[in-house]
Parts: sequence; C-alpha cells; structure tokens
Amino acid sequence: MNILRPYCFLLIFSAFALAVHAQDGHTHQEGSEHHNHDHAAPAQESPDHAQPEHSTAIHGTDAAGHADAAGAHEGCGHTDDPNAPFNAGELALHHISDANAIHIVGDWYFHLPVILYAPGHGWKWASTRSFKTHHHGNGTVAQDGYVLVHGNVMRVQDPAFPKGEVPVSEPSHETTTVNGKEKITYYVKANDICYKLDPKTTLDGGLMGGGITSFYDFSITRNVFTMLLVCGLLFWMFRAVAKAYTTRDGQAPRGLQNAMETFVTFIRDEVAIPNIGHGYERFMPYLLSVFFFILGLNLFGQLPIFPGSANVTGNISITMVLAVITFLITNLSGNKHYWEHTLWMPGVPALLKILILTPVEVLGLFLKPFTLMLRLFANITAGHIVIVSFVSLIFIFGKAGESLGGTAVGLAASIPLTLFIMAIELLVAFLQAYIFTMLSAVYFGMATEEAHH
Amino acid sequence: MELATIGAGLAAIGAGLGIGLIGSKAVEGIARQPEATGDIRGIVILTAALIEGAALICMVLSFFV
Repeated sequence: MNILRPYCFLLIFSAFALAVHAQDGHTHQEGSEHHNHDHAAPAQESPDHAQPEHSTAIHGTDAAGHADAAGAHEGCGHTDDPNAPFNAGELALHHISDANAIHIVGDWYFHLPVILYAPGHGWKWASTRSFKTHHHGNGTVAQDGYVLVHGNVMRVQDPAFPKGEVPVSEPSHETTTVNGKEKITYYVKANDICYKLDPKTTLDGGLMGGGITSFYDFSITRNVFTMLLVCGLLFWMFRAVAKAYTTRDGQAPRGLQNAMETFVTFIRDEVAIPNIGHGYERFMPYLLSVFFFILGLNLFGQLPIFPGSANVTGNISITMVLAVITFLITNLSGNKHYWEHTLWMPGVPALLKILILTPVEVLGLFLKPFTLMLRLFANITAGHIVIVSFVSLIFIFGKAGESLGGTAVGLAASIPLTLFIMAIELLVAFLQAYIFTMLSAVYFGMATEEAHH
Repeated sequence: MELATIGAGLAAIGAGLGIGLIGSKAVEGIARQPEATGDIRGIVILTAALIEGAALICMVLSFFV
C-alpha cells in the first residue's frame, strides 16, 4: 500500500496542474489558428454613431470623448495572439474572477443560465450554450446584441446591431489609459462592421474600472452556482444531523452527527457564550450559519476541479453582504447602554465628545464591519493568487510545453511549494471562518452588554 | 519601480514584524510555564490571523486601487 502513495500524490497533482493549464486555452501547438491584427479598421462609422447618445450615460466619459474625437483612427483593437507567452498574472486574475459559464477543460464549459436586463430593451433569459463558445470562452454568435467574451457576457452598444442570432468574429481588445488607469475596451466584428462592447454594470463607482453601463447582469454565474451548491449541501448535512437527534435521542452521537456536534458546541462554548454571555441563544443561528457558510465556501475554493475552484469568498461583494448583515444585527440589537457609550459617553467633557470621541466612535461603527469584509476577501484572494502562481511555475519553467527539462525543474520547484501553501490555505479557510464568527460575536456582545457601573 | 509593489512589500514587513513579536512572546511564555502551551497556542494562531488580515488588506488595496 505504501507504494501507491507517491503515485496517488502525483496523480492528484497532475490533475491540479492540468486544470490550471486548461484555464489557459491556447497552447503553442495550435499554430493553425489565423492571426487577425485589425489595425486599419474598414468601417468607423458605426462606433462614431454609437458614441454620442451613450457617452453621457456611460461611466468612462473620458474614454468615450477621446474615442469620439479620435474615432476615425481608433480601429478595432487587436485579437489575442495565440503564440503569446504564458502570462501567469493574467491566469491568476482569470481564476479569481467571476464568469458566466464554468470552464472545465479546454473547450468544455458547464453552461449556466443567463438573465440580463437592458433599460429600454427589456429582459433576456438564455443559457450560455446559446452563444456557441469555442476558444477561451468567446462566443461565435451574438444573441440580441449580447456576446460572450472570455466567459463573461458583454453587450453591443450600438442600437443598430441586428437582433436575434448573428455570427460574430473573435473579440478584439484595445488598452487605453483613462485617468491614469488602464482600461481595456472590447470590440467584436459582425458583417465586417466593428462594434464596441459594454461590460456589465458594476456598482463600484469606478473604483475598479466599473460603472453603470447599458445592461444589468443578474445571471446565475459561477459564484452564484457555487453558493447555491454549498447552501444545498449544508442544508442536507444539517437536516440529517437534526433528524439524528430525534431518531437517536439519548444515545451517543455517531458519524456526521458526531462531527457537526463538535463544531456546534465549539461555536457555542468558545465563541458565543464568552463574548455574548447572557442571551446568546438569539444570535446562535446567525453565528452558526455564517461560520459554516464561509467555511464551506472557503473549502470549495480550494478544490482545483469542478464543482470547486470557484473563488466565492474572495469576491468582495459576497463578503460585503456578510459584513452588512453583521452590521445590521449589531446595531438593531444595540441597547441603550450601547448607544450611550457610542454616541454620548458619560464622564467626558462635552467639547471633547463632539470634536473627537463621537466622530471616532461613529467611524469605528462602520469601520469594524468594513475590516471584517476586507480581511476575509484579502486572505482568500491572496491565497488563490499564490497557489495559481506556484502552479504556473511549471509552465514558466517549461516555457508552456516547449521544454521538457524545464518542465521537470518546474515540477521539482512547484510541487513542494504548492503543497505547503495549500496546507496553509486549509488552515486559513478554517481560521478565517472562525475569526469572522468570533468578531461578529464580539460585536454582538458589545451591543447587548448590560451596564455594570 | 511600481509604487504599488513597494507598498505591498512594506505591508509584508509590517506583518513579519508583528507576527515575529507574537512568536517571541509566545515562546517566552511557554518557557516560563509549559502547562499553558495549549492556551498560548490558540491565542498565537488567532492573533497571527488578525495581523495577517491587516497586512493583506493593505496588500490587496495597493494592487487594486
């Protein structure tokens, strides 16, 4: 049996490396793919007509303005060079981003429903299968003006784009600098006319290059699918455990019930009671839910293959929602003593309170859930980026398949590092779930604390 | 000479210093009272994770903002 163990290690690791490499669709063997570098775009009329009506509505008004003035020379961008060198940073960013279809291997996608809304054009319900994807998750047809680019849905800005199913070219892109930040604009060609593409609306106020665009994406994306999967799994697990307490009442716990009982009593005895004290039962459902939800999502993110490999807790929107819920529960269950100590603490001169202490306390009120959000997001995202980088070492050393000796060196360097980091990430998965739960319990405790003067 | 990378490096220095301090005090504590090893171990891991949180927040903000 000991002989099989290194073989199993190698097998699991090869599956992992294969999955990571599958994210990078093009290899050097595909030399037959044709290059189309469209630097002299034949038709610039369509982009020009599309710009003026939408330029005020779109967030990147600078880009639209510049494109307007330079519309005649803008061109259609350039497509991905299939012989481009392996870019580990791009691979890492692709792994931690959300996508509308789950990429499994090569050109095989697990298709998901797509729910889109464009103001003035109504709703569109479809599946990513209807976009007929080929390489890198680029759809070969457009449906009612929507196109699939690198696994994400984008929309043609031009209202004159024909409805229904329209064959389109491979998307091309162009990088411009707006307000000192790089902005990538995507184009697609249909019937030899170049159309500019809109990404989905993001409510980040332009912080990460987002903003209000011409459509809203409410689809079941990779993250949503994984969240639903984890919720279903947790519900099934705990329903079985709860039933075990009624069918095996009075007997010693066994199996799954035994394992879950350890976690639940740990949260109750080490997290809830010490921090909240009297009246902790009110908060137990939320603390348990948030602990197992974050733990399940963290662990699913560590699996390299479908249905895992989805970076859910590393998505700041999801951690933001969890932090907002903690914030709401904290402040809605705050008693008089809590608000007194936050806003108008006794025993301090009034001037000091108004000028310094109360503003600082109010700031702290918002900052505490904010750090909850960022801590979970940063830990998980950083872990994922590090793991993808270490596995990419194989491909960097082996020049993405060209050199066999290099690949061997890459394996020798990458396997121990990756195993080590994955062990740490396992610890981080548990630890971050525990810390989120514990800090939530601390905030609840502070909010419901009785006066003890 | 990307300023973002320098910022991330500074955050790593902060994390290293902080966790090094915890580690040193923990080892001292265990040396003084070996029976408290279990309690100290729990506190060390918890505090290390909180400090890592601050450092990673800085790192992620420096790259994405």
